[in-house]
Amino acid sequence: MPIRNKVVALVVGLWMLLLIVELVRRRKLREEYSWLWLMTGSVILLLTLWFDLLKWITQLVGAVSPSSTIFLFAFLFLVFISLHFSVVISKLTDRNKELAQRHALLELEVHELKKKNLPPEEGVLSKK
Amino acid sequence: MEFGNKILVIIPAYNEEKRIASVIRGVKDHLPLAEVLIVDDGSHDKTRWAVIEAGAKVLSHPMNLGYGAALQTGYKFALDKGYEAIVQMDGDGQHDPSFVPELFGVVQRGEADVVIGSRFLETRSTILADKIYQAPFVRRLGMRVFGTITSLIIQQKITDSTSGYQAMNCKVLEWVSSDKFPWDYPDADVLIMLHRAGFRIKEVPVHMFENRDGKSMHSGWRPIYYVFKMFLSIMVTLMRK
Repeated sequence: MPIRNKVVALVVGLWMLLLIVELVRRRKLREEYSWLWLMTGSVILLLTLWFDLLKWITQLVGAVSPSSTIFLFAFLFLVFISLHFSVVISKLTDRNKELAQRHALLELEVHELKKKNLPPEEGVLSKK
Repeated sequence: MEFGNKILVIIPAYNEEKRIASVIRGVKDHLPLAEVLIVDDGSHDKTRWAVIEAGAKVLSHPMNLGYGAALQTGYKFALDKGYEAIVQMDGDGQHDPSFVPELFGVVQRGEADVVIGSRFLETRSTILADKIYQAPFVRRLGMRVFGTITSLIIQQKITDSTSGYQAMNCKVLEWVSSDKFPWDYPDADVLIMLHRAGFRIKEVPVHMFENRDGKSMHSGWRPIYYVFKMFLSIMVTLMRK
């Protein structure tokens, strides 16, 4: 691997790892969702420092050149991470629905409790 | 089975301020003992206020979650409050409320756990025949396809698998309140799931009226998604133990 490529890959890999750690530190990214990105940064660093491994993988998957292997895995990674986020979004949608339903049920309960304790003219409902 | 006063009519509603009061009145006229619960699915108009003025209970979603989720909120309420049976119907006035006692009757007599009001079975009178709901061709085709698939799978003739006019007892309520309920367009797939869960299903004839403003939850691109979702849901249901 030419030294210039190696330096660029190292900088990108390190920058990615630092960025992920910083986002977790600032609580902008949950640990739960950081592992995939940390793994990606680590793989970039590993393949940069151990180029023979990339060559071996290239031979293993039957790719034409190491760069094709990188593109293949980058593509697979994006597909996998999109799938992972679809699962997360599905879970969040379910939870969102549960919360909204519980909110509606509790609101009616509060309204009926207030109605019992307040004189009729002091209604608790407001017009939307 | 004697239900006493523990019967509930669940009506999901979205932006139905103009029609909801007459739907509530219609139900109360035909089944005065029943409680009416409107699930306001994040309406932008004054549906909630119209319901309160009409003297029914209202549960309001803070945002629009869709028809299935609104129904499930009603199921959860019914289960929590110990209702022994419920009828569900649409808030747009398409379902003729004079059939509510008939739907209840079937559940009450223990003839079935779930009762579907079918617009395609012969009704008890032909007086309203001119007002019977005629769905557009594509929709009718969809109803026919999913009706046939459901009938084949559950080995029982189902003529209106997409009907939202239904009644069920508390055993079914428990099931539909759980996370097994497919709250994203629940239709034929629910019937298959309920059948596989061991519940008895029966259809009774009902009248349905034309949707006067043409507003439907199956508009735009949604029918395409609906068909995809229904096929997928039925397929995975069959794959589950």
